[in-house]
Amino acid sequence: MWKSNTIFNHFKSTLNFSLLSSRRFASTIAQNPSTFNSIPHANQVIDFPGGTVKFIPEMRFISESSQERIPCYRVLDDDGQPLANNFVQVSEDVAVRMYNNMVTLQIMDTIFYEVQRQGRISFYATTIGEEAINIASAAALTMDDVIFPQYREPGPLLWRGFTLQEIANQCFSNKYDNGKGRQMPIHYGSNKHNYFTVASTVATQIPHAVGAAYSIKMDKKDACSITYFGDGGSSEGDFHAALNFAAVMEAPVIFLCRNNGWAISTPTSDQFRSDGVVVKGQAYGVCSIRVDGNDALAIYSAVQAAREMAINEERPVLIEALTYRVGHHSTSDDSTKYRPTNEIEWWRLARDPVARFRKWIERNGWWNDMAESELRNSLRQELLHSIQVAENLEKPPIADIFNDVYDVPPSSLREQEQWVKDTVKNHPLDYPENISA
Amino acid sequence: MAALFQAPTAFSSSNSLDSNKFNHSPSPRSLSERKSSILTVRSDARSNPLLNSAAHKPHRFITNAVATKPDTSLASTSSKPGHELLLFEALREGLEEEMERDPRVCVMGEDVGHYGGSYKVTKGLATKFGDLRVLDTPIAENSFTGMGIGAAMTGLRPIIEGMNMGFLLLAFNQISNNCGMLHYTSGGQFKIPVVIRGPGGVGRQLGAEHSQRLESYFQSIPGIQMVACSTPYNAKGLMKAAIRSENPVILFEHVLLYNLKDRIPDEEYVLSLEEAEMVRPGEHVTILTYSRMRYHVMQAAKTLVNKGYDPEVIDIRSLKPFDLHTIGKSVKKTHRVLIVEECMRTGGIGASLTAAITENFNDDLDAPIVCLSSQDVPTPYAGTLEEWTVVQPAQIVTAVEQLCQ
Repeated sequence: MWKSNTIFNHFKSTLNFSLLSSRRFASTIAQNPSTFNSIPHANQVIDFPGGTVKFIPEMRFISESSQERIPCYRVLDDDGQPLANNFVQVSEDVAVRMYNNMVTLQIMDTIFYEVQRQGRISFYATTIGEEAINIASAAALTMDDVIFPQYREPGPLLWRGFTLQEIANQCFSNKYDNGKGRQMPIHYGSNKHNYFTVASTVATQIPHAVGAAYSIKMDKKDACSITYFGDGGSSEGDFHAALNFAAVMEAPVIFLCRNNGWAISTPTSDQFRSDGVVVKGQAYGVCSIRVDGNDALAIYSAVQAAREMAINEERPVLIEALTYRVGHHSTSDDSTKYRPTNEIEWWRLARDPVARFRKWIERNGWWNDMAESELRNSLRQELLHSIQVAENLEKPPIADIFNDVYDVPPSSLREQEQWVKDTVKNHPLDYPENISA
Repeated sequence: MAALFQAPTAFSSSNSLDSNKFNHSPSPRSLSERKSSILTVRSDARSNPLLNSAAHKPHRFITNAVATKPDTSLASTSSKPGHELLLFEALREGLEEEMERDPRVCVMGEDVGHYGGSYKVTKGLATKFGDLRVLDTPIAENSFTGMGIGAAMTGLRPIIEGMNMGFLLLAFNQISNNCGMLHYTSGGQFKIPVVIRGPGGVGRQLGAEHSQRLESYFQSIPGIQMVACSTPYNAKGLMKAAIRSENPVILFEHVLLYNLKDRIPDEEYVLSLEEAEMVRPGEHVTILTYSRMRYHVMQAAKTLVNKGYDPEVIDIRSLKPFDLHTIGKSVKKTHRVLIVEECMRTGGIGASLTAAITENFNDDLDAPIVCLSSQDVPTPYAGTLEEWTVVQPAQIVTAVEQLCQ
């Protein structure tokens, strides 16, 4: 019989603090409920799950924003000069390698954008303006740290050794694409490089990263997971739940938000009314920091520190990198339609993260004009060659439509595959020549 | 020897339902008031001539290699081998065995940890395996499903529990766009061996939102497999098979079947995810069903046998892909098909099954396929109204009579 007192008993049992206090994580030990103060006039407190709370006789609303915006951490000024001497030193090797990768990313984007405009690939999205975030964050991680990208972060792949030929193969969806031609251009993925395949869905990768961190925590590995997303992505429900989960589970994950000002045509003022994304961390119990996203050294330092915190203290960290999306959202977008051209130009020239970093390494004597032109020329050549090779390679075979849907294709799929093959064989003039059956 | 049907005396309905379910328990009602009582099917676990007579390959052993424990207890112990338990306990047993066997298996969901799960499927597991392996999640289905997917891609084998299948509608994005797809779009680089499970179906006055039949909505998603359990025996076997599968599998349980009692073998067994179960061989008509409707069909079968019919009853178990081998053999024998399901008429499993059978076995059919489903309405709360939205044994009997004219 369902009686009303059963509901009460159930509710009472969940309020049983001994049940709550047997939790695994020491940080959430609840207090004994019986310490209610009986002094009427002195400061009254209550022991509530999570800690002691003071009572006050005034009705105090917390303001929706603080007086000042959260300040932004930077190491180099706009001219590439260090602001202070207390930053994490980067060796010449690492610095030059970082710079090389940033330039590679820049040139790769410029050329592939043109290739799409020429109609040779169907789609592309550039990372122009966000090279520092892409490369410096990857440089601060190890190969064991698993990466869950949104779609504007090919930099970590380049850093980890993914070649320009592999990039081109994916964009042309040829038979050497390790995604087997199944995804749109720029949807890279490589388990060899611990870089999880890009999905077009926004913010779905954020809980994936938390799940991966959970797995890493269970295995007690010296690694963390990192996930990237934009200012727009932080509006999705998955972002909020993932941060919440990560805090509750004490998972070693870095949440890196590229706040680049625009989500296609939606500026951040239409995306949220909080002080950016950094303040949302505290709402979920996640420590956070705001960083100058166009300052490679600042990103490097912050990600390195975050990684240490995440792994050694088993906690999530939120990094908001302030930057600007210099390019259009993708090749399907013309951003001059919704934002002023002079704004784009200013960020492209005056705030270019690549140029800024270049000034710093040149000042250190690690780089010069000749090295620059050599690098750019050889990259251009290598890229054009890779593109030419990729373009002329065969597309994946028909069998790859049906493989990997399951581990082993069921008979229904095999039947469907046979039907397609028969159709192509019987109507060869209706199908391209370079499809192999 | 047909399976024995007993009135549910051993099956203590209302009391155990109340103590095991959470806040949406049924109002007290004596069993005689209800037209559709749940039957306890007792079958002798040792030799099942139903299976042998259907010339069906033994469904106790799966086709891919599985290490089974050496058969120690069978010969020496008492006359009745195996042990008795309720369906939710069978699920738990399967889960526990797999967690012991493979340290990568973990469970995540709401209230699965210390609370033991809303239907007690995970009871005691958190104490045994620790609360990192049996993880209580905040209330965000899309996100903890996403978490499970991320964990699976990095080597774990999570079982994601939806407190009620209907809540997994919130997880549709992750299930469709990521779970089903990432193995494919990554070119086979990343596997997603998750099991997504939970109770669904029409219960006892749980309201429309808690009476969803999600198999209808999920069946189109490429890359996932779907199975529905209906007895303690197949519940444990399918749970183990689902956990061992490299593909994402959705295991559909039914709210009203958790307290079914039956005897299952002591020795380890794993069932095949793609096989249907021959419940009762016959000659006149093939009745295809799954989950709770199996019991309505078997009750109707009793009446039909008394009226001189010989129905063949198949519990299809595998909702995606269909076991067209078993189904086809049956159709070729009887030439008449009746599908009995709990899904709505439009776009349900029955609709797909009708299409599949028509396409493949049209020449073997002497009559059009009849599909009995629920109406295209949200499930009403009032008990009588709710009952009329679910296919009842009397309707099944009428349908068979009409089909066999």
